[in-house]
Amino acid sequence: MNAATALIAEDEPLLAHALAAALGEAWPELQVLPPVGDGRSAVQATLACAPDVLFFDIRMPGLGGLDAAAELADAWAGTGKPFPALVFVTAYEQYAVRAFDAQAVDYVLKPVQPARLARTVQRVQAALAARALQAGTAVPDAVLAQLRALLMQPACASAEPLRIIQAGLPGGAGVRMVPIDEVLAFDAADKYVRVLTAGDDYWLRTPLRELQQRLDPQVFWQVHRGTLVRAAAIATVDRDAAGRLHLALRGRHDRLPVSRVHAGLFRAM
Amino acid sequence: MPPTASSPLSGTSSLLAVAGRGLATVLLCAVITALLALTVPGRWDQHAVHSFGIGLTTWAVIDGGRAWLTRGSAIPWPLGWRGWVLVAAGTSLGFVAGTMLANAYGMHTPGSDQSIRSGRAGYSLVLGMLATGCMCLLFYGRGKAAHLEAAIARAERSATEARLQLLESQLEPHMMFNTLANLRVLIATEPARAQRMLDHLIDFLRATLGASRTGSHTLADEFARLADYLELMAVRMGPRLTFALELPPALAGQPVPALLLQPLVENAVRHGLEPQVGGGHVAVQARIEGPHLLIDVTDTGAGLAHVHEPGRGHGFGLAVVRDRLAAVYGAAAALAVRPNHPEGTVATLRLPLGTLPA
Repeated sequence: MNAATALIAEDEPLLAHALAAALGEAWPELQVLPPVGDGRSAVQATLACAPDVLFFDIRMPGLGGLDAAAELADAWAGTGKPFPALVFVTAYEQYAVRAFDAQAVDYVLKPVQPARLARTVQRVQAALAARALQAGTAVPDAVLAQLRALLMQPACASAEPLRIIQAGLPGGAGVRMVPIDEVLAFDAADKYVRVLTAGDDYWLRTPLRELQQRLDPQVFWQVHRGTLVRAAAIATVDRDAAGRLHLALRGRHDRLPVSRVHAGLFRAM
Repeated sequence: MPPTASSPLSGTSSLLAVAGRGLATVLLCAVITALLALTVPGRWDQHAVHSFGIGLTTWAVIDGGRAWLTRGSAIPWPLGWRGWVLVAAGTSLGFVAGTMLANAYGMHTPGSDQSIRSGRAGYSLVLGMLATGCMCLLFYGRGKAAHLEAAIARAERSATEARLQLLESQLEPHMMFNTLANLRVLIATEPARAQRMLDHLIDFLRATLGASRTGSHTLADEFARLADYLELMAVRMGPRLTFALELPPALAGQPVPALLLQPLVENAVRHGLEPQVGGGHVAVQARIEGPHLLIDVTDTGAGLAHVHEPGRGHGFGLAVVRDRLAAVYGAAAALAVRPNHPEGTVATLRLPLGTLPA
């Protein structure tokens, strides 16, 4: 059996090298690839080299560890290789540490201590051995479910529910007050968020995460890193040849992609 | 938007307040009844009906009208002309109702006046107005005192909360654990550097947690504390953070409020450089312009329009600095934030030169 390979994604250089050194002690046969410092590079390196284990820091510039894992889940269908074992590295995540307790995805606290790392290494080795027997290339459902749980924002109890959106008109022509009931979806573009209605589209500067804290999660579902959709406005959910899901909204022609992590929301009853 | 005065406790306490005012009104009516009985001919019980009729009606109209007019408002007295109209309406209605009641009572009671004669009517109207005026002033005064006391208590609570929040944010766990993680690595690989880093951490924590927060120190000390923070972040971010601090020797002794610049530098690093994959540069520069001290905090980071992390954004740090400036200097100091070219942000603090205002 070939030696297992690992990729470390960590933006603080001292910590990246320390983790590599600690892994060298705990798992000498593991080949550690050169570390990357941000989520985008982590996605590219993983797709290029297909490592067996990923050690992702949660907070990184640009794309964070959780979002990078979600993007990899989306992109994995074409690679034909088994999905890597995922280990998240975190200094302090008050709400997420409990979410890590499930088996699908493991975590390591910073500063990395040898005893805890040894336990993680054992679990990863066991997971890799089990995976070798399965020879499947799909992303395990348990991993997707856990990523979805980790990506959910903690509820902000003090946030006022959103009733009217002050949205910009296209071309900066002014502002329109859009009642929340007219909004079908929010779709994040580069530096702004598109507001989709049955009529025109508008735009907002508020980040999607901030909007999400003021919206009822039963009414607006997150279906992608940058997309919130009013569940009641979804007309159909189709699966394409590659197995990816797309939504069609009532009264609109365009279709919105659903990421693999959130695809579990749309199973037939 | 004034906060509404509702709370689970205000229901019971306002019932008690109403009962208190009712009791005071009843007592006053009793006193007036005694006064009328002694000075004006007629049966004392008719005087009682007259006095209580006027008094209780006036009170009911004014207190009820006040409560209805100010529902949902923080101030429990209608402002401006409404207050005067309310008192006038209460007095007149009270007078009319009280006199009608007294007359009706008189009809059914033998030996009493069938109708209150006009002279006596005038007398009782004046008495009624005086009594109403005094009671309104009394109740208004007590109500205002209670309202102000409640406002003070609220302000104290929010000041305590703000101090707690500030402390919590200074001890931000993410910052602490990442810094300690880096320190742990250096102890094994570069012990001398680890010691220097630990010294910076100790000085940073001492300044953050210590009583010096509310005091002032020299600009040289301020720059030293900023250097502590930036050195710690530089170990963590490696080549992604470079910084420069420029303090002309002439300004080294200038007093400034302690850690005034800290939130600006934190903004530059956390919201400017950290989100940017390549990182960037932070510069803090002090100079004199006429009678003013100008301090620029410049970064080459993501800029103001950047979509920031959830939680405390850019604006919180700026608000903290502006509040401190207002508290210490009043209108004599200012903070201006504008985009840096080609990228990033510049925050400029303008302070008057010389000793701090008392």
